[in-house]
Amino acid sequence: MIEFRAVTKRFEDGTIAVDELDLTVEAGTITVFVGPSGCGKTTSLRMVNRMIDPTSGTILVDGKDVLTVDPPTLRRGIGYVIQQAGLFPHRTVLDNVATVPLLSGWDRRKARTRAAELLEIVGLDPAFGKRYPAQLSGGQQQRVGVARALAADPPVLLMDEPFSAVDPVVREGLQDELLRLQAELDKTIVFVTHDIDEALKLGERVAVFQTGGHLAQYAKPAELLSAPANDFVASFVGRDRGYRTLTFLHADVPVHPVDTAKLGQRVAVTDWTLVVDDQDRPKGWLSGVDGEIEVSDQDLIAGGSLYDGSTLRGALDAALSSPSALGVTVDDNGAVVGVVRADDVIKALAKARAAGEVPK
Amino acid sequence: MGGWLFDPAHWSGPTGIPVRLLEHLGYTLMTLLIAAVIAIPLGAFVGHTGKGGFVVVGLSNALRALPTTAVLILVVLWAGLGDFPVYVALVLLAIPPIMAGTYAGIRAVDPVTVDAARGVGMRESGVLLKVEIPNALPLIYGGFRGAALQVVATATIAAYTGAGGLGRLVFDGLALQEFGQMLAGAVLVALLAVLVDLGFAGLQRLTVSPGLRPVGTGGKT
Ligand SMILES: Nc1ncnc2c1ncn2[C@@H]1O[C@H](COP(=O)(O)OP(=O)(O)OP(=O)(O)O)[C@@H](O)[C@H]1O
Ligand SMILES: [Mg+2]
Repeated sequence: MIEFRAVTKRFEDGTIAVDELDLTVEAGTITVFVGPSGCGKTTSLRMVNRMIDPTSGTILVDGKDVLTVDPPTLRRGIGYVIQQAGLFPHRTVLDNVATVPLLSGWDRRKARTRAAELLEIVGLDPAFGKRYPAQLSGGQQQRVGVARALAADPPVLLMDEPFSAVDPVVREGLQDELLRLQAELDKTIVFVTHDIDEALKLGERVAVFQTGGHLAQYAKPAELLSAPANDFVASFVGRDRGYRTLTFLHADVPVHPVDTAKLGQRVAVTDWTLVVDDQDRPKGWLSGVDGEIEVSDQDLIAGGSLYDGSTLRGALDAALSSPSALGVTVDDNGAVVGVVRADDVIKALAKARAAGEVPK
Repeated sequence: MGGWLFDPAHWSGPTGIPVRLLEHLGYTLMTLLIAAVIAIPLGAFVGHTGKGGFVVVGLSNALRALPTTAVLILVVLWAGLGDFPVYVALVLLAIPPIMAGTYAGIRAVDPVTVDAARGVGMRESGVLLKVEIPNALPLIYGGFRGAALQVVATATIAAYTGAGGLGRLVFDGLALQEFGQMLAGAVLVALLAVLVDLGFAGLQRLTVSPGLRPVGTGGKT
């Protein structure tokens, strides 16, 4: 558990980066600090491992005032993932990951074995261990950064915009990976971002900071969307917040049957037909064909996003992004089970609202 | 004129070319060692703390402005002939490039890397020795090799104080009006400079992390 008690940071030039911050990060959860540039997220984070010391107030990690611990010792017990990874360019990937265990006095062999394990845990081929950071892509470097922070198995992890330097697709993969890791490792994680979508996806609780170092609201994601504390939070959470609220609703949407065809099969297409592979996974759509044809790759119209039966947002997006306006619904193996319609999603939303399931 | 250089008689005995070469190499290496022991810690300290950069720049410029021959003569007048004045003059010559290279190298290490070193829990000594210096090595070698070339060339003046080295060929040749001998001295100094630089280039390859070579040319994986 991390507690901020009336923490203020004023820099020498008079800038107040953090103003009277009171906040408790529960053990074993991901808490996200989000807010516009310069609102004091990094400063708040770095006061936890004493990369910055507060001007006034107290920070407790597991009940212990951090100011009573010698900084290097404190930092070895807290994983820290820096923006742009901050890997050591002169060390191999494996040695980068082994850094903290070696500093903590492990012998070299044990530290390297542990480092190799961690590369696997963060989803990197152990062969990457021999490379140098300059020989990795941005996304791979970020993974190494996470592995390095986890190496000595610290209970607390500080992550400062760890995924900001990669493209949206890679970022989404890294986010999913973090959630998977957290389900296994159960760390106390403070995650900084200025991307509200990332905050809502990762945070069990989200702290929205306002310029000037004020904490504007500290709440669960669904509550942030449905009951923003003030105009600042409302505008920061954004114009799409009605749509985003759907992320937190798990209502039943009727799944309709759909005509399917396999590649190479001879079919006469009248309406929208979904083409699937041998395992019934969707390949694309077929439409407006004259007479009977043999289905080939060239005839396919690319499909939209897939709905896995989880949230209303996924269902609506699948329907809206599909060329046929039919959202393809798949099971855990990725096999097609049917389609959903946008109007059904809206109906499901109305039903949920009537049942009082939509937070006001 | 090249005849002097290839005359077998000049390649043996206590004043032969091999002895002179070794003496010259000895002055050079000893000078570089002393200068490095003084200049690297100074440059590293100032580079690491970021305090006193003006000392490095000021001291470097002041030392660079000193005419080496004048220093040599002054020390001879004060301490007498021998190796000592030679070392004083040469070390003062070697310090500025080594110190400037070290300082610049450490300042040039990416601040994100240094921040990460502290963030993972290294103490200040660890930040300097395990992160800043290894990353600064290419520039440190740059300064060091520059110093080595200057020292090899300038060690010729050792002969001026009655000491040895390849300078003896030049000064003795001048005294005896043996231009062949002077030329041999000059050629051998140039040759030695190339060899010394090659030697340090090899050392650099062995000690600088492959991770610091420009992407594409470096690090077999
Ligand atoms: N060392 C410093 N000296 C003076 N002011 C500073 C210092 N570090 C940060 N600040 C100021 O403190 C404020 C908060 O900075 P901080 O880095 O915590 O913001 P942030 O929320 O992390 O922003 P970003 O999203 O851009 O990273 C900013 O106004 C910044 O300019
Ligand atoms: Mg920041």
